[in-house]
Order: sequence, then structure tokens, then C-alpha cells
Amino acid sequence: MSNETLSHRSIIQARVAKSLRKRHARERRFRVFGLAAVLAGLAFVALLFISILVRGLPAFWQATITAEVYFDPTLIQLEPRPVPREGETPQAFSEREIAWQSQLTMVNWNRILENSIIALKPELANSRRDVRALFTSSERFHLRDLVGNDPSLIGQRVTLDLVADANVDVWVRGNIDRSLPDSQQQLRPAVRALADELRAEGVLNIKFSKALFTNPDSRSSPASAGLAGAFMGSLFMMLIVIFLAVPVGVASAIYLEEFAPRNKITDLVEVNINNLAAVPSIVFGLLGAAIFINWFRLPLSAPLVGGLVLSLMTLPTVIIATRASLKAVPPSIRHAALALGASRVQAVFHHVLPLAIPGVLTGAIIGVAQALGETAPLLLIGMNAFVANIPTTPFDQSTALPVQIFLWQGNELRNFFEARTSAAIIVLLTMMISLNALAIWLRKKFERRW
Amino acid sequence: MKMISPDVIGQRKESSEVASKAKMSARSVRVFYSEVEAIKGIDLDIMENEVIAFIGPSGCGKSTFLRTLNRMNDTIEDCRVEGTVTLDGQDIYDPSLDVVMLRAQVGMVFQKPNPFPKSIYDNVAYGPKLHGLARGRGDLDEIVENSLRRAGLWDEVKDRLDKPGTGLSGGQQQRLCIARAIAVSPEVILMDEPCSALDPIATAKIEELIDELSSQYSIAIVTHSMQQAARVSDRTAYFHLGELIEVNNTEKVFTQPDHHLTEAYITGRFG
Repeated sequence: MSNETLSHRSIIQARVAKSLRKRHARERRFRVFGLAAVLAGLAFVALLFISILVRGLPAFWQATITAEVYFDPTLIQLEPRPVPREGETPQAFSEREIAWQSQLTMVNWNRILENSIIALKPELANSRRDVRALFTSSERFHLRDLVGNDPSLIGQRVTLDLVADANVDVWVRGNIDRSLPDSQQQLRPAVRALADELRAEGVLNIKFSKALFTNPDSRSSPASAGLAGAFMGSLFMMLIVIFLAVPVGVASAIYLEEFAPRNKITDLVEVNINNLAAVPSIVFGLLGAAIFINWFRLPLSAPLVGGLVLSLMTLPTVIIATRASLKAVPPSIRHAALALGASRVQAVFHHVLPLAIPGVLTGAIIGVAQALGETAPLLLIGMNAFVANIPTTPFDQSTALPVQIFLWQGNELRNFFEARTSAAIIVLLTMMISLNALAIWLRKKFERRW
Repeated sequence: MKMISPDVIGQRKESSEVASKAKMSARSVRVFYSEVEAIKGIDLDIMENEVIAFIGPSGCGKSTFLRTLNRMNDTIEDCRVEGTVTLDGQDIYDPSLDVVMLRAQVGMVFQKPNPFPKSIYDNVAYGPKLHGLARGRGDLDEIVENSLRRAGLWDEVKDRLDKPGTGLSGGQQQRLCIARAIAVSPEVILMDEPCSALDPIATAKIEELIDELSSQYSIAIVTHSMQQAARVSDRTAYFHLGELIEVNNTEKVFTQPDHHLTEAYITGRFG
């Protein structure tokens, strides 16, 4: 071996070493970028969650007045609740019942509320308007319902937690600048002073409140506005999507993937399914308004229509996910079943589908979660209406959680509803995260090793 | 590559002479993938209780031909079969014939072991359950045990029948697939390179098994190993570019092939 080849080798080695340095540097750079991207993403997610929690969690606690309420028999003049008499027609009974109900409603409940504070501060006897401003306006119905359900309360003294007015809540928590002049304050000076006084005396406290979870939306009494109505609406729609989009989607995916002949028509169908998945969701809302409402005459603002629209929107997602997971099942399993004399349907349902189930479930749940968070199409079918009832059937008027967030976000009582909006986001995100956790759990449960 | 040593050839000569009646017959079979002709007119009989090996270079159509025998080509889009294939005189491509029935009679073992991701018991029991062969649980247990015994796997798995079949070693998996195929009592077993994914010891076991099974079944085996063809088969068919060049007793094919192409392949001039 000559010196020449030796020197040639060392030159090559030097070149390799040089390029190696460059290559390593490039690799390190790439890793650093990747790590930085992941960390940045995580930081933003953390920021989002923290800001939502910080803003939203306080909404679960509300300014609450704890006072002894005297159900004064001189104010509540109520006959015993009517019971059906013998030989009475149902109509006659219902008339008497309605008369009793209106008698119940006619009671001056506000006065009873005011008296609970005046009992503590007799000097306020002449400023009832200021005292009344402390309570949110729906509290009088709270008292009415208590007595309606249990007339034996009349004449008794009961200590109750009464929800304070939204503006009182804003004031005592300092969510409004206390140094603002009177003209820019939402409460009269006397009410502000009274609120501070009661707070100092421990009558007015910030307490955990179920109102957010148990009440429907309210405009006249913002402090008692809750998302029970929106929650039920979302729940109905979710059920409709689960029972409509998932079976139809899975069935079409199985047919397209396993049985349909490959020809121009199925190609066209496939392209269109993929296109549908990319159609902006608001277009589905227009479709729903045109077909389900204008043509089929289904009720406006009903979770039924919302569920149908969201099902249409979710179908492509479910089909695509199901097809992908069917495709991922090795063909050798199909061949094994067919070679044993299984028909194609048997091969699919005995072997292919069970293996694809984790993927199918994941796709279905992601689709449902997507539908749950969808707002735009619902706006077009009237689900952004203000609904002050909790729907009991999918035909009742209702709104949905994301729409409720949208509505609260635009509410004029900004400094009160900001927290409410974030609280609604927390509820929605909790549902999403539970659904995703369910997807992961199901995938783990059904996953089979080869 | 040297010629196969004569002492491994023709071990099965005696049994091959017993076989005389054709179990399956293929007449002028042509197979097309789209417009490409993969099999160009093949006439071949598979005798009762014989082991016939299909050999030939890659892409010669031996696997395709094997798959025409139980219509597994049906699962491939654009695949078209011409000519006739009969099983006991019955045309298996007759539209009135139920392909499920055919596959119950002509079983298949694939190149790569493909047990279902289920328990060993369920793997074997699937076919009998499908065809309603077992009357009750006891009957099914018996079929499973018999099939596993005949596949020489019983002693190795009898204590873990409820464990997944995919947890077995490659060779055991392939024997499980054979047990699964014989559990439906087929008449013909097709094997598509059953040992190509196995180590030599597992291969030896499968070959032994093929030898035993041949007393009850007709077996057609595609193989790339000429030693294997020589060891296990009664007759050997040599395929070349979609044509059947030669089919003869295995001993003759490996010692005095009729055709120069066969000789060239066997002596390793191409492959």
C-alpha cells in the first residue's frame, strides 16, 4: 500500500469529519426547534386553561344574603291548596287550581324579602326600594315556590340563602371601579353602602351557588342565570348525533370500504365525503334551515333540528375515521376468515370490525365532541334565541352550551357575565375532556395486541 | 447449487402410487389481472391423498394458480379466471355454486401465519362454529382437540387454550393455522409457501405434519425451497412465466426432468 492511498484516505476522513460536524449541528438545531415548538404549544394551552379557570371559577360562588325570612301570615293570605272534590269535573278542578296559583303569585313576596333585612335594621323601614335592590329579582319566585310546595311554612321563620343582585355581586367583589362617580355606578349610593354594611356584618357573603347549574338563562334576573337549559339542549343534540350519525356513518364506511365495488360512482362518493368534511359548518346550518325547518316544518330552535344538522356535519368525520381504521386491519385477517368459508359479511363482522372498533369509537367520539362544540350552524336554525326554560324534550325550544357562551359573552352586564362566560367555558371544556378521556379509555379497553 | 441428493427424493413414492383418482382438475385455466395474463392455460390434476408441490421462479403464477383452486382470487379486484376447475367433477366456478361451500372443502394455509387475534381455542373453533359442525360445547371441544392433535400442537398448547393465538411462536402459529384449516374437515388443503417465514426446526415440524396429513387430505403446496418440494411431495409441478412446464413424480422431476427449463431451474441456473 502506497503513501498516496494513505493520504487519500486521510483526506476522505477529514471530509467526513467536517460534514459530520455540520450534520450533527443540523440535527441538534432541528431537535431544538421541535422541542421549542412543543413547549410553546404547551405554554399557550396552559395560559388558556389558567386564564379560563381564573376568570371562570369565581362564578361558581356568588354574593348571597343569609337572612331569616318570616313567612308572615298577614301578608300571605292563602287558602288551602284545592284537592279534587267528589263528582267534580277535571276542568272545574283545574280552574280552582289556577285560581289558587294566581292567589299565590299575587302575594307581595318582595315585601317578605325586604322584611327579612328590615328585621335586622329597623331604620331601613322607609327605604324599602334600596333593600329590594339587594336581591336578584327572581328571589321572590323562589319564596313563592317554597310556599307553594309546602304551605305549612306560613307563619314560620326560616333562615335562607338568598341570591343577591348581580350588581351587588359586582360591587362587593370589586369588579367595578369603586372610585367611579355616582353617575357611572350601577347601584345607588344608598344600596352600595347597605351592601358594604351587610358584608361587614356577615349577612352578605360570597357563597357557593348551584344557580349556574340548575337554572335556565335569565335576563331579568342575571344573578340567577344558569346553563341548565343550554346543557340539556346540548345533551339532547349529543344523543341525536350519537344515535344518528354514528350508526349511519359506521354503516356507510363499512359498506364503502368492504363491499362497494371500486368504480367511478364510488370514487365520486368518496371524493364528496372528503369534501363534505371540509365544508364550513355554517353551510350545514343553512342546509338545516332550508330543509328541516322550511321544508319539513320542524320547530325552530329545537334540539331535534340542531341534532340533525350536527349529525350531517359529523357524518363525514365518522365515515373517514371508520374507513381509516378498517383499512388498518391487515388483509391477512380477511383472507384467513374467507379461506375458512366465512362469507364477506361474516369476515367483516366477526373479525375486521372488532379489530377496527377502537378506531371507530375514537372517530365517533371525536366527531361527537366536535359537534358538541359547534356554534355556527346552530345560529342559523334559531338556537341563539333567548330561552328561559329548561327543555324537557328535543322538540322544546332550547339553546346549546357554546351558543350560551356566545350569548353571555355579548351580554351588556359585562362585569358580571365575564365570569359566567368563563364558567360556561369550563363546563363545556369539562364535557369535552370527559368525552376525549372516554375515547382514550375505550380505545385502551378494546385494543388487541397482534 | 447442486442437484438434490437422491436419498431425500421419492421417500413418498409408495403412497404416491396409491393415488390415482383426480380430486381436483384444472382445464385450460387462464387468469388475468386487468389485462395482464398471469396464468396462460394450465391443465393439472390434483389426485386424492397426494401431496403436489408447485415450484418455479418468482412471478411464475404458482401462487395465483393455487388461489384459483379455492377462488381466493375472487377477493382481488380486476382478477378474472377462464377455463374450468372441478372438485369431484363439480365445476367450482359454476355461478350456482356457493363459494362458502367450496372453501369449507378446500382449506388454505397462507405464507405468513395469520391467526385471528383471539384465543387458541377460538381460532380453531371458528370454522366449525361457522359451518355448524359441532353439536354442543363438548362436541366442539373434541373437534378443537382433534384438530390441534393432528396439527401436532396439542401438547404444546393444551394448558393455554384461552391464551391469544398471536402469542405463539411463528412455527406454532402456522401449525395453529393448519389446525384451524383442518378443523372444518376439508378435502383439499392448499398451502402457499407455509414455511417461508419459519426457522428450520419449525419448518421440519410442518413438513412432518404435511406428511401425516397426506393420508387423509390432498395437499397442494407452493414452495420456493426445492429441498422442501423434494422432501414432502409425491408429484412436482414446475411453473414458468404463467405456464405449466412440467408435472411429474417428484423423483423424476429432480433427477431426470423432461424439460430443459425445469432442469435449469433445479440446477440453479435461474430462480
